[in-house]
Amino acid sequence: MSKQMMLEVTEVEPLTPLVTRFRFEHPEKAPLPIFSGGAHVVVEMPDGEMLRRNAYSLISDPNDASGYEIAVRREETGRGGSRYMHSEVTPGTRMRISVPTNLFALDPRARKHVLIAGGIGITPFLSHLRQLDLLQQPFELHYAARSRDEAAGLKLLPKSARIHVQISDEGNRMDLGEILTGQPIGTHVYVCGPEGLISAVLDVAARHGWPKGALHSEAFASPPPGKPFTVTLAKSGRTIEVSASQSLLEALEAAKVEIDWSCRGGACGRCETKVAACDGQIEHNDHWLSRDERAEQKKIMPCMSRFTGAALVLDL
Amino acid sequence: MTLQFNDETFRGDYSYFNTEHAIKRLPFPFDRDEYMYSVNIEAHPGGPKGSPFEFRFDVDEHYVSEMKDRAITLDDDPLRCQSLPHMELAGWDLLEIIMVSKAEDYPNLFTLHRDGNRWHWINRPLGIEQRFTFLDPTTLPCGPMEYITRQTQGDFALLHERDGNLWMDAGMVTSQADWSLDFDIGMNFFEWHAPVPKAKQMGVFDKALKFLLAMQQGQSYRRLNWTMTVNPRLDTSPENYHKWGPEKRTITPENVGRKQHLRIELQSFWRLPRSNAIAFPIRCYLACLEDICTQPKWGRRLHRVLRDIDPTLAEYKGFAVNQDMIVNYLSQFDDGAPTSPGIFPDA
Repeated sequence: MSKQMMLEVTEVEPLTPLVTRFRFEHPEKAPLPIFSGGAHVVVEMPDGEMLRRNAYSLISDPNDASGYEIAVRREETGRGGSRYMHSEVTPGTRMRISVPTNLFALDPRARKHVLIAGGIGITPFLSHLRQLDLLQQPFELHYAARSRDEAAGLKLLPKSARIHVQISDEGNRMDLGEILTGQPIGTHVYVCGPEGLISAVLDVAARHGWPKGALHSEAFASPPPGKPFTVTLAKSGRTIEVSASQSLLEALEAAKVEIDWSCRGGACGRCETKVAACDGQIEHNDHWLSRDERAEQKKIMPCMSRFTGAALVLDL
Repeated sequence: MTLQFNDETFRGDYSYFNTEHAIKRLPFPFDRDEYMYSVNIEAHPGGPKGSPFEFRFDVDEHYVSEMKDRAITLDDDPLRCQSLPHMELAGWDLLEIIMVSKAEDYPNLFTLHRDGNRWHWINRPLGIEQRFTFLDPTTLPCGPMEYITRQTQGDFALLHERDGNLWMDAGMVTSQADWSLDFDIGMNFFEWHAPVPKAKQMGVFDKALKFLLAMQQGQSYRRLNWTMTVNPRLDTSPENYHKWGPEKRTITPENVGRKQHLRIELQSFWRLPRSNAIAFPIRCYLACLEDICTQPKWGRRLHRVLRDIDPTLAEYKGFAVNQDMIVNYLSQFDDGAPTSPGIFPDA
């Protein structure tokens, strides 16, 4: 678990009908830890009986210790974290925020950075842009969104010939083949957005012979809701019910089972848990386990993954 | 307490010495009467007042002389300090964390005034006063990592995180236990640890790397490591093996207590906020067997540890050739009494 700070919400600004910006400051205006571009924080939400923890990319200047800002897209079909942020959080609300962690850093060896964002996936790039400005490294940003309602970044992006926006409602499509050809040797590519965009970028890049080490991706995944299921803990014999709007990690936490975590988005590997027995199918929604590990069903990432079947026993 | 700095050398006449105060605060690396590798990591800083664990970067009586010794080593061989081009921001991170820490922890010795990016640094023990612009390397006499590590005891490695691994892409290494920055620069975590015996099979490195990658800013850690060195020499580098290697053969039963030193490394780990790199300071403490044995608990324990150690480790740590003489010497301090748990001497 991360070190946390109790911060106060000082600004709530709707950027679009779907996306709202939140600013957090220290209640006594103490400086917050500075961070690196691409970092995220985990925000704790005491939602009724349930304690939710969602990870959000920081969109503010990494060198600005006066506050942290995030942009949250309202997900009507999510587990409820973003609805909580949109409906319950107002200026003056105090919330527990983790220290920043970075799983999507820029590679400073790059001669040039090509940033590709889809929808709310623009968020980590907003702090990357500040860092690139500081380091004075060449970049281009390609930002695709379905509609202007979704394109929260429009209000937050500087005007620059190096920033290209495509709104698909308006008939503009991102041409990945065009973006990924003709880049100078030593260019690194970063993509954040829906699964489809990430796999498309990685596919096109592979076809054009990009080295794997030059490709970086972050899915802005939050745990998907699903059907309720039950898990058994091998050591204590306890059974725990996971509701439709809960992740397995949240259900374990609600049952006071100690488990280590960091990103809560299936990327960092901290909550990896051994499976003692599995009669059924694990729905692996993480980016941590390999294809072989998924097939074996001997490990699960409780922050993201769910289960359907007769029995799942965890080595806890 | 006002810190008095020793006038001493780490080469030539080897006039290095520990005062009684320095001996008592040594970070003795053995918490029990036997030794095997472990991922013996704990939170840092934190520890008894006056101990080397109290502050983020310990400054002790050897500070000024150690910095003179570093300057001599760098004059001979500038490649002891290297930073690949992408590591400059991590160098600023390191400079910031050290200056801020030292100014807070040792206000009598160090002062830092900050007005935005305009910084004013005063290092009284070394007689340095520098005004510079933070993040602007042209305002310092050398790169930020070199600048601050010429003023800070211990070696430093800056590790860049990428591809699920750590890469040694910058460092200042002049007081090392027989490893070379020039050889290791650009290597990843498993590559630079390849010479360590047994540990890989024990899975130590997989666990250690996983731990380091999960490290977050604001949470720093430390561990102790050790080896044995003949004469109080900071620069036991492969580059200069011809100077210090033969000295191992100068040990006799008469001089072993003065000449044979326990070399203790207080290693710490820091996630750097601006660069997301990891800083790995390796602070070296030297104490001869005579110094160690002034503390009865340590004399007993060191005898047992070095007598019973795995022969592969005695070889790797470079004292197998003198092990019998060392153990014989130490045996006079071991009356067979039990030792108390933990590393601190009995009061």
